[in-house]
Amino acid sequence: MTNAVINRAPLLADETPALRERLARIWETPPGVRGFLSSVDHKKIGIRYIVTAFIFLVIGGLEALLMRLQLAHSDLQILSPQAYDQLFTMHGFTMIFLYAGPVLSGFSNYLWPLLLGSRDMAFPRLNALSYWIYLLAGVFLYVSFPLGLSPDAGWFNYPPYASAAYNPGPNIDFYLLGLIFLGISTSVGAANFVVSLLRTRAPGMSINRMPILVWGTLAASIGNLLAIPAVSLGCILLFMDRQMGTHFFDFGQHGQPLLWQHLFWMFGHPWVYAIVLPALGMVSDALPTFCRRPLVGYTPVALATVSTMMIGFGVWLHHMFATGLPALSLAFFSAASMVITIPSAVSTFAWIATIWTGKPVFTTAFKFFASFILLFVIGGVSGVMTGAVPLDFQLTDTYFVVAHLHYVLIGINVFPVVGAIHYWFPKFTGRMMSERLGSWSFWTMFAGFNVAFFPMHIVGLMGMPRRIYTYSPELGWDTINLVSTIGSFFFAAGIALFFWNVLISRRRGALAGDNPWNAATLEWSVPSPVPAYNFAVIPLVASRHPLWEEQLGESIDRSSLRHGYLLDQGREALATTVLDAQPDLILEMPGDSYAPAVLAAALALVFVGLLTHFWWLAACGLFAAACTVAAWLWPKPETASPALV
Amino acid sequence: MRSAAAQRFAVLSALVTPCVCSAGPMSYFHTSGSAVDPITALGWGLGIACLAIVALIGVLLLAALFRARAPKPEGLVRTVSRSGSGLPWIYIGTGVSTVVLCGMVIWTLLTLKLVAAPHAATGLTIEIRAHQWWWEIRYVGEPPARTFVTANELHIPVGTPVSLRLIGDDVIHSFWIPALAGKTDVIPGQTNNAWIEADKPGVYRGQCSEYCGLQHAHMSAFVIAEPKRQFEAWWQQQLAPSQPPRSAQLVIGAELFRSRCAACHTVRGIGAGGILGPDLTHLMSRNTIAAGTFRNSPESLSRWIANAQALKPGSRMPQMDLTAPQLDAVTAFVQTLR
Repeated sequence: MTNAVINRAPLLADETPALRERLARIWETPPGVRGFLSSVDHKKIGIRYIVTAFIFLVIGGLEALLMRLQLAHSDLQILSPQAYDQLFTMHGFTMIFLYAGPVLSGFSNYLWPLLLGSRDMAFPRLNALSYWIYLLAGVFLYVSFPLGLSPDAGWFNYPPYASAAYNPGPNIDFYLLGLIFLGISTSVGAANFVVSLLRTRAPGMSINRMPILVWGTLAASIGNLLAIPAVSLGCILLFMDRQMGTHFFDFGQHGQPLLWQHLFWMFGHPWVYAIVLPALGMVSDALPTFCRRPLVGYTPVALATVSTMMIGFGVWLHHMFATGLPALSLAFFSAASMVITIPSAVSTFAWIATIWTGKPVFTTAFKFFASFILLFVIGGVSGVMTGAVPLDFQLTDTYFVVAHLHYVLIGINVFPVVGAIHYWFPKFTGRMMSERLGSWSFWTMFAGFNVAFFPMHIVGLMGMPRRIYTYSPELGWDTINLVSTIGSFFFAAGIALFFWNVLISRRRGALAGDNPWNAATLEWSVPSPVPAYNFAVIPLVASRHPLWEEQLGESIDRSSLRHGYLLDQGREALATTVLDAQPDLILEMPGDSYAPAVLAAALALVFVGLLTHFWWLAACGLFAAACTVAAWLWPKPETASPALV
Repeated sequence: MRSAAAQRFAVLSALVTPCVCSAGPMSYFHTSGSAVDPITALGWGLGIACLAIVALIGVLLLAALFRARAPKPEGLVRTVSRSGSGLPWIYIGTGVSTVVLCGMVIWTLLTLKLVAAPHAATGLTIEIRAHQWWWEIRYVGEPPARTFVTANELHIPVGTPVSLRLIGDDVIHSFWIPALAGKTDVIPGQTNNAWIEADKPGVYRGQCSEYCGLQHAHMSAFVIAEPKRQFEAWWQQQLAPSQPPRSAQLVIGAELFRSRCAACHTVRGIGAGGILGPDLTHLMSRNTIAAGTFRNSPESLSRWIANAQALKPGSRMPQMDLTAPQLDAVTAFVQTLR
């Protein structure tokens, strides 16, 4: 992936209508199927990510509702054990891998260059590839569903139950290959975020001026790059055990089933932070807008974000407290798991202080962000309880953990994400979402969520294990489960109201203008919806809050948003230095291309071949992928020689 | 299965020790054993502290929200200002949180030390092998002739720490009796050690708590804690072989058992030595069958033998295809296994 570098000094110029027209011609993607398949516009890719992730959220949600029906009363037979096992496995996989991570990638994809004052991601085609692989990996996994062959060993997929001896069908192969395939998408996406951050910030946006969302996505991306190899390796080893006769996890041949758990959770726990830190960043950036003041404690919150990710790599064993490990190592991981609440406390008090010292305006988005703080604390303290080793001997694998993880994942991912949709919807579409409908959906979601999930803490303390498809009436779990089921349907109704709001506001919402919330950051300085080229001139940033400088009056320096670097001789972007964001180079950005979609399709063939044991198909896919990569990287004659030195 | 559900050991709750049944037989709000009581204290302590933290943050959040609430949408055009630094919130909040957290960590580590190993030497070691979906329980006696095997119901003497050796055989399971001890996974290829001690006599219910396949939901275990003398008598009784059949029907039943059931089940005394399923030599001394799924009654035994797959789908017990007289004979025979 080499972006050609053009060595000329860019001019500083004002933005003009003529310039906008010229840039639109250069950057806009052609309409129709052609444009759909070839676009590398980060905004289009971001929206696709978000829409696809929400489709998976709906699928995973319907799976959850079916399970809640089965559990509404003891000894129900709405679902067979087979169906129930496939549903909870697919629900976990879908929500964690196909919704929670990708939806944040979608936001970051859309917002990243806008927040950073750039034209696109550093590697636009890699960005498109990342989306296409995500989509195809999701489709690959869901092909198993109508066939009745979905993975059924849980999203954690522990061998030996996931080994060929106990699970001979293709179910687990769908899981393993799907996860390896998806891992490619996440890895290239993460690399793209890191490089974009380091090299494409607007001049003047030194690292102490970046929005917290950027810090969150940076931490998450680095986390992903380090964590995903562990699970991909685990999947490759288990696939070899199942299909090629190796014995990595085969206890009968001196393999070690626990090895999988280590590899899986070395990935799994950092991943949990990767799917919440960007969401925390969204709150840290958007909440102050509605409090009419800058975030309290920018530096501590940024440091808390980074340190959470770092400690997050030292806690994976708390998923394995009951596996018979020595008490000394349990003690270490227990303490680390509890220490991770300290950076969380920093962020929590920063948000409360921001509200306390501000003048909060109760918009729908704000309600989602403010309620998230409470859900975050509930999920956090129940996390402390499960982090306490001896107590976890009781709590682990009960519904207490189900309650905890849903407070974490819905409370810290879904609530901020839905709030963020309300917040950035005007930027995405140029229209406002309905506040009235938004308020209804918020209250339904908030009440439904708590009625569904809070009682799970209690039924967990009453001893209900996870992943059981039914239970006996003598255990006394009937009433609480019925309450949870009713709550879950209310929660689903709230989500449905939110979707309805999105659909009607997209057509009929009030026009938004550039900056409907009077917010501080760069994305609000450009028109809504955002033109293909983002910024007509590359802005010069002088502070953390470029649009609030006059009001805050903290310095005499002013960001220059309408007068900046002129880059209009093709698809060009500005590269800046890593720490201080000094202008460095002009990058020639790649144009639209089919290569990412074709490469993703070729890789999908490889995985289909591996799944079906049509090895020739896998070989063909690999060959096609190699050819596509060659075509992708083939040097263009006009940029092969240094131009305009 | 629906009608079977109705009859599913309705009397079990009566068997369960009153001290734990206030919130159901699997609850661990109250416990009665030195392997678990420190955990219960920690649970109450951390639980109350956590509820207090949530309440405190909730109050602060509400106060912050309604302290200077601005109308919408006019509030949005208000000039932004840095009113008050707000930083003391972070310093004080994080400082207090850290102190509370350190207290929690210390209490946790002390509790871990208390429950990691029994306070006194254990008088008894029991081997537990977890299978899909039942528990094989081996009492290792000295001399070896005092060793025997049973299933799903574990008898222990009251007031004595008992060591458990947990041995994996197929997939990963987790052994858990909430009122007596936390979970310990049973992992194939390694032997994990755990211990329990019951302060009071009673029946303590437990259940597999690591997902292990189709019938993970129906893999219960019971611990029956009884006075030492009663426990010794029980052990002695378990050592005895089965009684020879004493009627024509029982002879046919025993013969059918040998030809149709002995590939998997052991009944000492009639030459049935299968090891894939539970040892049934003293089947009738157990309260439940199919790992706690049904009360041990003549009706449920007959239904189970006739068609286990309909009652516990996926179970390793195959469909037997017996004629009605054959079924009656086998059912009558197994009821003699006292």
